[in-house]
Amino acid sequence: MTIMTDVVVGDARKSRRIDWSPYLVGAGIGILSWVAFAGFGDPLGVTTAFSRIASLFAAPVIGSEAVATNSYWKSMPLKWDYGVWFLVGIPLGAFLSAIISGTWRLELVPEVWKERFGPSVFKRFVAAFLGGIVIMYGARLAGGCTSGHGISGGLQLALSSWLFLAVMFVTGLVVSRLMFRKA
Amino acid sequence: MTSLMSIAGPILMGAVFGYLLQQGKVTSCNVIENQFRLRDFTVLKVMGTAIVVGGIGVLLLVDTGNTKYYVKDANMLAVALGAALFGVGMVVYGYCPGTALGAIASGSVHAAVGAFGMIVGAILYALSFDWVKAHILNVWALGKVRLPDITGVPDGVWFAIGAGAFFFWVKASEAKARRAQS
Repeated sequence: MTIMTDVVVGDARKSRRIDWSPYLVGAGIGILSWVAFAGFGDPLGVTTAFSRIASLFAAPVIGSEAVATNSYWKSMPLKWDYGVWFLVGIPLGAFLSAIISGTWRLELVPEVWKERFGPSVFKRFVAAFLGGIVIMYGARLAGGCTSGHGISGGLQLALSSWLFLAVMFVTGLVVSRLMFRKA
Repeated sequence: MTSLMSIAGPILMGAVFGYLLQQGKVTSCNVIENQFRLRDFTVLKVMGTAIVVGGIGVLLLVDTGNTKYYVKDANMLAVALGAALFGVGMVVYGYCPGTALGAIASGSVHAAVGAFGMIVGAILYALSFDWVKAHILNVWALGKVRLPDITGVPDGVWFAIGAGAFFFWVKASEAKARRAQS
């Protein structure tokens, strides 16, 4: 029994790293884009559907009346369309990969954060929450995220998307440099 | 059948996307943070390859009449401001919206906490939308334009030169990062 457990644990440990090339993964996403464009007429994207879903959470906070009369949600009402089902699929696929490859693990504070800001879970949660607010506001203002603008817009050589990619990356570099500067 | 396909189709597409993100390690906060610290180029390699492979395929599909372009409006001020906020948020959060959904499913609790922040961000945007629409979205609004249209440089040239320059820059930056760490 012990031996069997050892073997299982040993195997799990060995397979805990995924060695897929990032170029292979990128090519896979590129090919997935062909299907999204030609098969569904709906390029890969996340945050448009995300804001449709957010209206569900908004109703108890600001009242369903306010949600119904809000001009943004009027243009983008909650409906179970392609984008929303696509969002449901993302965690399913990631979960499947994590289980099969043995890379599923509970993470409260990531390594890079721990090295710089210490092991405080509270601190990390506050930062993640605030970062989440800023990233989604930015995504809606820009009209897309790393998927909708970055990949889907980038591959169409859209002016808006390449402006997004350039500004996002340069800002990220600057903020990262400030944040991870040794005190 | 059609209604089943209209649900199963997008779920399958999303699942393949999520599977690839996890296999590509870009659902890891460490990998994303180290991209912005120029220590790990996984994120840019995935995105760059997706853009080149996806772009050439979609170009051919458009040329053969099998699809069309879905270009987002170039509201230059809104996109620039939004992208700057996005860059700040991505470094502080450690994820982008899509990779965060994958990370939650692979055990990242702080990604889930940030997802509630994202919901708040979306609500705040909806509440400020009237003002944003009147004052920001209409500034330097150039419409749904593509780089080949405004420059006259054909698509193929963009992909060839872009892919070449990108690959060269990634390799040079990786070599520089290795020298700095040794």
